[in-house]
Amino acid sequence: MRKLIKGNDAMAEGAVIAGCRYYFGYPITPQNEVPAYMSKRLPEVGGVFVQAESELASINMVYGASAAGARVMTTTSSPGFSLMMEGVSYLAASRLPCVLANVQRGGPGLGNIAPAQGDYFQAVKGGGHGDYRLIVFAPASPQEMLDLTILAFELSDKYRVPALILSDGIIGQMMESVDIPENYVPGKVDKPWALTGAEGRSKNVVCSLFLDENVMQNLNTELSDTYEELKKSEVRYESFMTDDAEAVIVAFGTPSRIAKNAVLRARAEGCKAGLLRPITLFPFPEKEISSLVENNVKNFLVTEMNSGQMLEDVKLAVSGRSNVHFYGTTGGVITDEDEMTDRIISICKGGSRG
Amino acid sequence: MADIIFDRPKSMTSAPFHYCPGCGHSVIHRLICEVIDEMNLRGKTIAVAPVGCAVLAYDYFDFDVSEAAHGRAAAVATGIKRVHPDKLVISYQGDGDLASIGMAETIHTANRGEKITVIFVNNTNYGMTGGQMAPTTLVGQVTTTTPKGRNPETEGYPIRMAEMIASLQAVKYSVRTSVADFKGIVQTKKAIKKAFELQLAGGYSFVEILSNCSTNWGMNPVDANKHIVEKVAEYFPLGTFKE
Repeated sequence: MRKLIKGNDAMAEGAVIAGCRYYFGYPITPQNEVPAYMSKRLPEVGGVFVQAESELASINMVYGASAAGARVMTTTSSPGFSLMMEGVSYLAASRLPCVLANVQRGGPGLGNIAPAQGDYFQAVKGGGHGDYRLIVFAPASPQEMLDLTILAFELSDKYRVPALILSDGIIGQMMESVDIPENYVPGKVDKPWALTGAEGRSKNVVCSLFLDENVMQNLNTELSDTYEELKKSEVRYESFMTDDAEAVIVAFGTPSRIAKNAVLRARAEGCKAGLLRPITLFPFPEKEISSLVENNVKNFLVTEMNSGQMLEDVKLAVSGRSNVHFYGTTGGVITDEDEMTDRIISICKGGSRG
Repeated sequence: MADIIFDRPKSMTSAPFHYCPGCGHSVIHRLICEVIDEMNLRGKTIAVAPVGCAVLAYDYFDFDVSEAAHGRAAAVATGIKRVHPDKLVISYQGDGDLASIGMAETIHTANRGEKITVIFVNNTNYGMTGGQMAPTTLVGQVTTTTPKGRNPETEGYPIRMAEMIASLQAVKYSVRTSVADFKGIVQTKKAIKKAFELQLAGGYSFVEILSNCSTNWGMNPVDANKHIVEKVAEYFPLGTFKE
């Protein structure tokens, strides 16, 4: 079934399709469509919507529902995600699957309600305390808001790692035609660790307190091993005109859509441009970037709606072998297509801009 | 062979308590387990352990338990209960956890009328971190952060949680008991049983229990229990505030 819907609604419906029946959330713009949708939709399918008293409460309700074995979701926007950080660290340490979403807005501080990508570090490098990662998806359309949310539930259950949809105010608010699957069967994952009442079995305990530092180290090792497995098996990206490219834009979410036009316009000017769009930000497509370097890409232009965060991951992948340029907008200012086009053309022609 | 007339409850493990000798937590844990045994609920119970002295409650409870971040036990319990509405869900919390950092979760969980039971252990200070002032610290009480005693001019007055919870419309049961003497222990067990019954009948129940912290109060357990009866219960009256 095709439907013209907003990105936020597509994400919410994706969750329902994936078998999520529990949603806990607190109002914050620009993601308010999600709790509104869930408050109407979940009761229709026998699910539960609770408007929490704060993001602190939401994320800990998610902790409880996940510990109880359910597919569960919360969504928020930048300041709200900061409030959730402690809970996210606990979820990661307790190996509780769940899907979270941050529909990013301008920051830091209270910032504004314009779209931004300033929470990249917070999303992919940890964010909360301790040594953990999330599976981070960067949708670039309402369709991907739906598809990647379904995938996020499946992978989160499979690896017992919380998943995050790192979206932004444009992707959340824009309307596009979305193909809604009608016969999707959510994956069945055994959860022998879940708290269901210990009838006929020994008790289950969900916790992240390990006073013996060697036991705590073992948990950290187990987490690291899982993150390595994710790096091997779950990297996702889109390549656009990179086969013969000499200069490649790297962008995710909203700027990646603008980048496609910049690539086409640059090619019309004789510049062999391409786009690499990470779909997973963790695990990051570092091998793909490395192989572009080996395939003669001499210049990369990282474009983000922040002051250069994914830029660091691209530089690590390139490892000094090619030039890495940057074009960023901050505070909720949207990437300018003309500016991006000028920069990639200038880079192609050997200019020093960027 | 003699009949066994007193034994460890089946819902309780054989792990030795880490609590200070004479601490009320051990008694309260036991009472909870006795009631669960009597109501035959071991396989239907899911508890939430707080951050504080009782964080290791899951070492002693022989039923499913989740840990919670400091102050968020009621939110975690909400998540669990919404997924398993047929289970007995217990949120076990201390005064710093419940009445300070977790006050918002405490009030809103009660206000939503979540069908859970909150067991609130009030020992008038932060025990695990070494005896700092809690929202329940008595006026004049010396703690590591009120070296001259709690001064109401700058630190305000102790919060009476059972009364505050009782003021909320959705609450079915709010009571304050103590485990400082035999009578109090018997009343506490009755209150826990009633709280569980009311939860299973579809309501929110709150049991505040005055309990000693002899180590941080600088008293021996006998004097500490006497202090509860003579002094603490004067400010925190025992009784049923809503039923």
